Amino acid sequence: MSKYIDSIIAGFGGQGVMLIGNLLAYAGMNAGLNVTYIPVYGPEMRGGTANCTVVLSEEEIGSPIIRSPHSLIAMNRPSLDKFQPRLMDGGIQIINSSLIDKELVETERVKSYLVPANDIADKLGNSRMANMVALGAFIKASGIIDLTAVIESLPNVISAHYSHLIPKNAEALQAGANTVA
Amino acid sequence: MSKNGEKLFIKGNEAIARGAIAAGLKCYFGYPITPQNDIPEYMSAALPAVGGEFVQAESEVAAANMLIGAAACGVRSMTSSSSPGISLKQEAISYLAGSQLPTVIVNMNRGGPGLGDIGPSQGDYFQAVKGGGHGDYRVLVLAPGTCQEAYDLVIKAFDLAFKYRNPVMILGDAILGQMKEPVSPWTPEKIDENEGHDWRLCGAKGRKGRILKSLFLSEGSLAAHHEHLQNKYADMAEFTQQEEYQIDDAELVVVAYGSIGRIVKSTIKKLRNNGHKVGLFRPITLYPFPSGDLKKLAEQGKKFLTIEHNLGQMVEDVRLSIRTITDSDFFGFLPGNLPTPDDFEEPILKSLGGK
Repeated sequence: MSKYIDSIIAGFGGQGVMLIGNLLAYAGMNAGLNVTYIPVYGPEMRGGTANCTVVLSEEEIGSPIIRSPHSLIAMNRPSLDKFQPRLMDGGIQIINSSLIDKELVETERVKSYLVPANDIADKLGNSRMANMVALGAFIKASGIIDLTAVIESLPNVISAHYSHLIPKNAEALQAGANTVA
Repeated sequence: MSKNGEKLFIKGNEAIARGAIAAGLKCYFGYPITPQNDIPEYMSAALPAVGGEFVQAESEVAAANMLIGAAACGVRSMTSSSSPGISLKQEAISYLAGSQLPTVIVNMNRGGPGLGDIGPSQGDYFQAVKGGGHGDYRVLVLAPGTCQEAYDLVIKAFDLAFKYRNPVMILGDAILGQMKEPVSPWTPEKIDENEGHDWRLCGAKGRKGRILKSLFLSEGSLAAHHEHLQNKYADMAEFTQQEEYQIDDAELVVVAYGSIGRIVKSTIKKLRNNGHKVGLFRPITLYPFPSGDLKKLAEQGKKFLTIEHNLGQMVEDVRLSIRTITDSDFFGFLPGNLPTPDDFEEPILKSLGGK
């Protein structure tokens, strides 16, 4: 079975879901995979969540748009409400348990990782890096690419203006990965 | 062609802009409209940096008419817009075709009619391939399905425009424009800087003056012009391009183009894994339409289903292609919705099971 995963990454505006979507896709490309990234477009964007779909595959990618994804990163409650029901049976999801009540999270049908992303980011000194914590956990849980490929791609997706934050972002990615056994 | 090595991770819109510059674009005229704004945005910085001219015109109408001027001088020129903006450009496109001026026009199709929405749609197929402006004319229409193909086809578009002295349209949609994919950039080895040397307007010193026009009043002159255009359009039919996927043993051939073509490909991949004999025919040239190859498939006894992100437009060209042998089913995914591979499973299975 060749490598393949598709993922919806969702949160509210400002949580940096587009940034980690870009980062995941870029790292996938650097790891030699085919990738697509598409931000939500059309009527869906009026639903209170910002989200994007990333596909990584060894084979050529057909659709960049996926209704029932293999995986989900849910950064806030509306994202969980909207996308958890769509997640494929046996899929995996990273749940930002700092902002999402764990009672709402499915555990039987899909594999869920509860990651207190905001709390971990706070401890690292910057709550805005909750997105990186979640992505780090996703990389470890999915096993689709190595975390080093993601860390090495940081300079390609973070604008030069914020390049001084790259080491801290790398730390946040690692901290996220560490939450996944 | 020389490959540049470095792989870019860019939107379809940016791939188009970069491809055009690699093809030697010298003049871009545009006016903002979603979802193609990344094209003028990229051009505004990148084109002046390589010695070209970027103009944000006062309107779509103005931008399209600036194309007439640049193209008449044999300059590699381009405009881009999205559905309502392309409607505004149609008068100039008719004049460009009538005056036989080479240029590239990008339409990142959004929802219509009227202002519609900013989401993806294929509602502009008729407008693109059947004219859109007044008079008997054709525009070459190329429909990329991936960001790489968008890059490659823009380069091809400039060559075709000058080969036939005709406008060429790149027809994409909001999916292609907004999606990011890896693109391997390349630059054509040779860009003829002297294109149009025997017709372009460049000052008549030492030779007879030239006239580029679309007005033919003297007796018989318009008919002669039309005969020439007709022959030119017939010549264009010599090249058509399509992607064929899992078609050899397919009982049902699904015909779909652009973004919808690649989404349908995912559906077909899944159905194939479940043992269903279905294949994809994705026209890349929408005008000229690959009628001959479709007809050959019809002669092999295959069934057809056309899938579009509209109420039924390309299906007419599919039916014309195979009309003496068979017919095509049609499934229209309504514009205003975002399609996924799941949406096409049922209609494909239904057509496959039909008589």
